[in-house]
Amino acid sequence: MPRVLIIEDDRAVREGVRLALRRQGHEVAAAATGEDGLELLRSFRPDAVILDLMLPGMPGLEVCRRIRAHHQVPIIMATARGDDTDIVVGLEAGADDYVVKPVRARVLDARIRAVLRRVGGAPDDHGTTRPEHHGDLVIDRAGLTVTHQGRPVALGPSELRLLLTLSASAGQVFSRQQLLEAVWEHNYHGDARLVDACVKRLRSKIGEPAGRPRYVHTVRGFGYRFGTR
Amino acid sequence: MPRALNGLRVRLVMAFTLVAVVATVTTGALTFREARTRVLQQSQDTVIEDFRHRVDTIVPHYRFPPGESDLRSFAADVSRGGRSQTWRVLVTYGEASATSAPGDAFRELSPAMRESVRTRLATVFQRVSRDGRSALVVGMPVTFAGPYTTSRPASGLEVYLTVPQQEEQGYVDALVTAIERATVPALALAVLIALLAARGVLRPVRALRRATRSIAEGRLDTRLTVQGSDELADLSRTFNETAAALEGSVAELRRMEAGARRFAADVSHELRTPLAAMSAVTDVLDEDAAGLDDDTAMAVRLISEETTKLAGLVDDLMEISRFDAGAAALHLDEIDLAESLRRTLASRGWLDTVETDLPEPGTLRGRVDPRRLDVVVANLVANALRHGAPPVRLSLRQEDDPRAGRRAVVTVADGGAGIPDDVLPHVFDRFYKSDSARTRSEGSGLGLAITTENVALHGGTVRAANHPRGGAVFTVVLPLRPDDAQEPTTHSAKDHRP
Repeated sequence: MPRVLIIEDDRAVREGVRLALRRQGHEVAAAATGEDGLELLRSFRPDAVILDLMLPGMPGLEVCRRIRAHHQVPIIMATARGDDTDIVVGLEAGADDYVVKPVRARVLDARIRAVLRRVGGAPDDHGTTRPEHHGDLVIDRAGLTVTHQGRPVALGPSELRLLLTLSASAGQVFSRQQLLEAVWEHNYHGDARLVDACVKRLRSKIGEPAGRPRYVHTVRGFGYRFGTR
Repeated sequence: MPRALNGLRVRLVMAFTLVAVVATVTTGALTFREARTRVLQQSQDTVIEDFRHRVDTIVPHYRFPPGESDLRSFAADVSRGGRSQTWRVLVTYGEASATSAPGDAFRELSPAMRESVRTRLATVFQRVSRDGRSALVVGMPVTFAGPYTTSRPASGLEVYLTVPQQEEQGYVDALVTAIERATVPALALAVLIALLAARGVLRPVRALRRATRSIAEGRLDTRLTVQGSDELADLSRTFNETAAALEGSVAELRRMEAGARRFAADVSHELRTPLAAMSAVTDVLDEDAAGLDDDTAMAVRLISEETTKLAGLVDDLMEISRFDAGAAALHLDEIDLAESLRRTLASRGWLDTVETDLPEPGTLRGRVDPRRLDVVVANLVANALRHGAPPVRLSLRQEDDPRAGRRAVVTVADGGAGIPDDVLPHVFDRFYKSDSARTRSEGSGLGLAITTENVALHGGTVRAANHPRGGAVFTVVLPLRPDDAQEPTTHSAKDHRP
């Protein structure tokens, strides 16, 4: 039974989502502020977080950054502001997915299950058991850990799955659409922003120099390709 | 006619010159005539006076009737009366005649004048011009005078005099030259003044023209510097007042428009929070409705349905607000258009209900915003399914326009009755409902408006028409940018590694 933490300031929305998700079979905790949410994160230990972006006190983006700094728990951003910039900023702050309010419980449930699957296992993780070496980057598919120059890299679920997907077929060019389906399981197309924001985050975490990436290369007008220089 | 020749400056110069010409010519002509008359009058009066006096003085010294030699010496005698020895004299008596200078033909004398002297017994004179020289001819009969009678019978002796008028002619010529010389500077002065006047008028006029153009280009804070207090200054002042009023009105309109847009955005935004709560539980209501009694179940389902519609409406309103606020960004990506359209249908479960005529995968690629293209196609197909009748047909083809370049043409056609002619121009209007009975049927009434905005954002066009064989046809034309035209805004072009 997945454990979901809702951080949402509006009581009605909080209660509504909590009720609906409980009916979908989740174990749900709810917090009205970012501070309470971070507190519950430690005691409740959720499998996924649904985070409202507009919160009193500590803003949702800050909450998102703080969670991502110490936890690999998947974060779904629930935003009332569907503006492109808000979504991109949220995704770059470390969210794994986003939904624009109002959202039906069934959609939210589908998104939660998708991010949870992402943590559960990477594609093609059965064959290889030995850690792969790509330059300074070491990827352990079995243990789902990544180290860069000997130091472990804390990757969010989407970042990890993106890296595993790309590195599993090094040299192959993936379109944004292919990555979207492989990593986010979205069955509709068009949200290349998810891919682009996640690549940006991944690059900064594995210490890619700006403008001259070593591992994740952009194939202009098409998508991305993994390879060491 | 070129504008320069028609311009205010040329017209002013011409008017001034014309006035100057008329003034100088009139003045000159009148002055000339008056002066010439005076000069000639004076000289001829003097000549006639002298002539008469001379004849009167000399005549008593000669015997009567005069002989041939008498006539000759008489003529010579009279001619010596002239001040500068320029008098030529002819004396006649009956058939005999003599001149002061021997052999003088005396051609200046006309027969009419001789006749006049002979019959009227009066002093007559005539100005004669010969070979470019003018001369005064005076004729005088000599009469007998008696102490006891007033009649003056003719003696038959007639004296004629010719005096060259070179000197007078010189005066007149000098006058003409003087007038001519005065006219040229006067004309030049007139042109100069005309140019100055034109400049004085043209400068404010030009400033007005510049200011008007500036206003037309949207710089509503344009003002003129007002100089002086003439009509042009009044015009400039009026212009400034008009511009200020216009600026005020436009600012007010913009403020109101921005207010209205903000209001729409705020309202939609405020609606989102309660709707978020309601939408979250609609699935719960739907599930539980099965176990409730009929009335309650119907009420619960109704609430669920309406909540879904309301959520859709608020979504569309937010989207429209973003377009109105200019906050809608285009994220271009190079995609396979046919594949994109197929996914749009697949993700909404329309693959079985919509006929397609799409190019082979990989044959038509272009840089578009995939999410917006999805919205456009989904809206048009949904519209056809909702308001038209099957078969709904989605087709895509490439079009090469020599001027606009490569373009993708998407058409959505249905087999329904088509769109009434009075509705056709309004189908893309917001909330436009053709049939009042169909209000609130389905959809928010914003779908096609959002479609238009999305297509316009790509620089494309969308139009609605009725097919000759029935049914409505929506045609979207999207320009396909060349690959190197523009990078998607979400990632940097520098990331590219060759």
